[in-house]
Amino acid sequence: MRYGKRWVAAAAVLATLAATGCSGSGGGDGKVTLSYATWSDDQKPAMEAIAKAFEDKHPDIDVQVQVLPWPEYWSTLQVGAAGRTAPDAFWMLADQFPAYAKGNQLLDITDAVKAAGVDLAAYPKAVLDLYDTGGKLFGLPKDFDTNAIWFNKALFDKAGVAYPDDTWTWDDAREAARKLTNPAAGVWGIAAPIDRQGGYYNSIYQAGGKVIGDDGKAAIDSPEAISGLQFWTQMQADGLSPTLKQLSDTEAVQMFMDQKVAMYFSGSFWAQRLYGDQALRPHVGVAPLPKAKQRATMISGILNAGYAGTKHPKELAEFLIFASGRDAAVIQAKSGAVLPAYKDTQQGWLDVMPEFNLKVFVDAVDYAVPLPIAGDAAKWTDLETQYLGPAWEGKQTAADAARAYNTAINEVLAQ
Amino acid sequence: MTTDVASPPTRQRNRSRGGGLLPSPGWGYLMIAPALIGLVALYVWPFLTTFGKSFMDVPAFGPGTFTGVDNYTELLGDETFWQALRNSALYTAILLLGVPVAIVLAALIEQVSRGRAVYRVLFFLPVVTLPVAVSMVWRFIYNGDFGLLNYVLSLLGVPGQYWVADATFTIYAVGVVGIWMSLGINLIILGAGLQSIPRDLYEASSLDGAGRVRQFFRITLPLLSPSVFLVTVLTVISALQMFDLIFVMLRSVNNTALADSKTIVYLFYEKAFVEFDQGYGAAIAIVLLMVIMAATLVQFRLQRRWVFYD
Repeated sequence: MRYGKRWVAAAAVLATLAATGCSGSGGGDGKVTLSYATWSDDQKPAMEAIAKAFEDKHPDIDVQVQVLPWPEYWSTLQVGAAGRTAPDAFWMLADQFPAYAKGNQLLDITDAVKAAGVDLAAYPKAVLDLYDTGGKLFGLPKDFDTNAIWFNKALFDKAGVAYPDDTWTWDDAREAARKLTNPAAGVWGIAAPIDRQGGYYNSIYQAGGKVIGDDGKAAIDSPEAISGLQFWTQMQADGLSPTLKQLSDTEAVQMFMDQKVAMYFSGSFWAQRLYGDQALRPHVGVAPLPKAKQRATMISGILNAGYAGTKHPKELAEFLIFASGRDAAVIQAKSGAVLPAYKDTQQGWLDVMPEFNLKVFVDAVDYAVPLPIAGDAAKWTDLETQYLGPAWEGKQTAADAARAYNTAINEVLAQ
Repeated sequence: MTTDVASPPTRQRNRSRGGGLLPSPGWGYLMIAPALIGLVALYVWPFLTTFGKSFMDVPAFGPGTFTGVDNYTELLGDETFWQALRNSALYTAILLLGVPVAIVLAALIEQVSRGRAVYRVLFFLPVVTLPVAVSMVWRFIYNGDFGLLNYVLSLLGVPGQYWVADATFTIYAVGVVGIWMSLGINLIILGAGLQSIPRDLYEASSLDGAGRVRQFFRITLPLLSPSVFLVTVLTVISALQMFDLIFVMLRSVNNTALADSKTIVYLFYEKAFVEFDQGYGAAIAIVLLMVIMAATLVQFRLQRRWVFYD
């Protein structure tokens, strides 16, 4: 071994390099660091304020908020979970939840929640139901969103149409859309994109249909569900909405902000953005979604969830409970970004934007239906454009499209 | 491969052994260890896992089950896969049209006596700009209602189109952006190639009465052919890997054209990351690798017919 000494020396150098490379994350002061991943720049200040409030109570824990861009959020989380490098805490959505829960990637906080004495009745039941696994708790609701009609008062005034109110039926909505549409001025009565959460899921339930039936299979081909789809395809056929191609190039919310469409059926989560537009603000009105056979809106919400492979399960559970607790809800409400899930904290959100009649969204909880989720929901919802697009473009009847999509959903559910 | 074609080989022999500075081959390995470890960790290992997964049914999380060649047989019977393959081939063909453009531009820039660097920088900027940012700008340019392109066309009396929402145009619209983005790097390679052509050849030929055009086809093009070959190989490889432009420019729930415009890497992304079907995704990746290898191999075979090494 003539060169033995050199090898040892070199190995030592390498080992030192490796050690220094790693030492950054450990820290010697016994402080625990938790990462908290989100996808919203709008909500970053509120999330940082919540982290700060938590750190004040737990000086030995450091929470770092990370904003991942939406297009990369889920792939980053999935790769992180598979590679054991996922963030400790993160936002979870209902359609992604089943895969993570089934794959044992989420921290079970059932006992911690019980020990902390958290009252689950403080959260909207419909949101809890979205994340129901039959016993175990993998997180607590952070916020919720319901849908309503965002409408442009100025365009209604110009067309001489009465503002929407809680007496409105589908016929009223159609009639108004017809009167509001003015091709010469480049104005449409309504935006009719392919939008499950803000659009056709709501109308399917308003017509008395379901997306997923009680037997756990797709039910989007029932006569009621088909009429729910027709509400939208008819708007397209009658030219009361920008075409699908136009809505692909320019998002519906942007069309509404540009005052090109008079009505946009969508979620409470746009409030902050619409309110932030000074020119638009005085024109914006909110009214409940029109009813058909019954009144209905989708309700959905983000879950504060934790990674099962975390190094600090105890601290993480404490943080998750805090981040969905009352104090955090108050911080969120004041930021105006979203409707907090915790009971009786919503008033704060309404107070930040007094000019908007946002109470409609809170009242909607009474008739809200949880976003339909079944099996590998992310997989079958990804097929909606392919199957429903032709109906929106008038190349196929809503009934035919619904039947084809129904079969496709059932194929995914059977896998 | 890269160095072979890009720069003439320097034939400096290393000093013979026993010099004392580099006595042991062990040192050599130790020195390349960082690169080697990186290569194994970042390329070889992922490749092997991908290859393994392509024979398995892998759920979103947790271990997979061995299913033999099921993924591959399913792939061959999957019409969306063939469609994606055709789209990638078409996109590659479009990008190859950018190579002659780059040659002519490189030759023109070479003629510029002052401010040559400015042109190089201008053409190179898209290369160092984030593809996502580039795509956002082009989305605006292509917008059917408010886009710059349709505005310019309207001035010429040409009716506007929904360039990225109409399946008739999507691949071409994206291809133009792809050409524009790859132009910079191609110009650098071709520019270097042009500068290595001896000046006296041009002087001699002009004494013999050759004009500019004749010089371009008789001197520039043959002597540039190694660089052109390199550019072509690189273009094909990067075109077959195209993903980001489709992702940012076409991905919208309201875009019915997306289904007809997916490239093979986009399909891979969708299967592996949206639908959580990693085994199937891995099979797509392996097939893509084979396609790229075959395309490169064919080009190396064909180069004997047209690439001129002095």
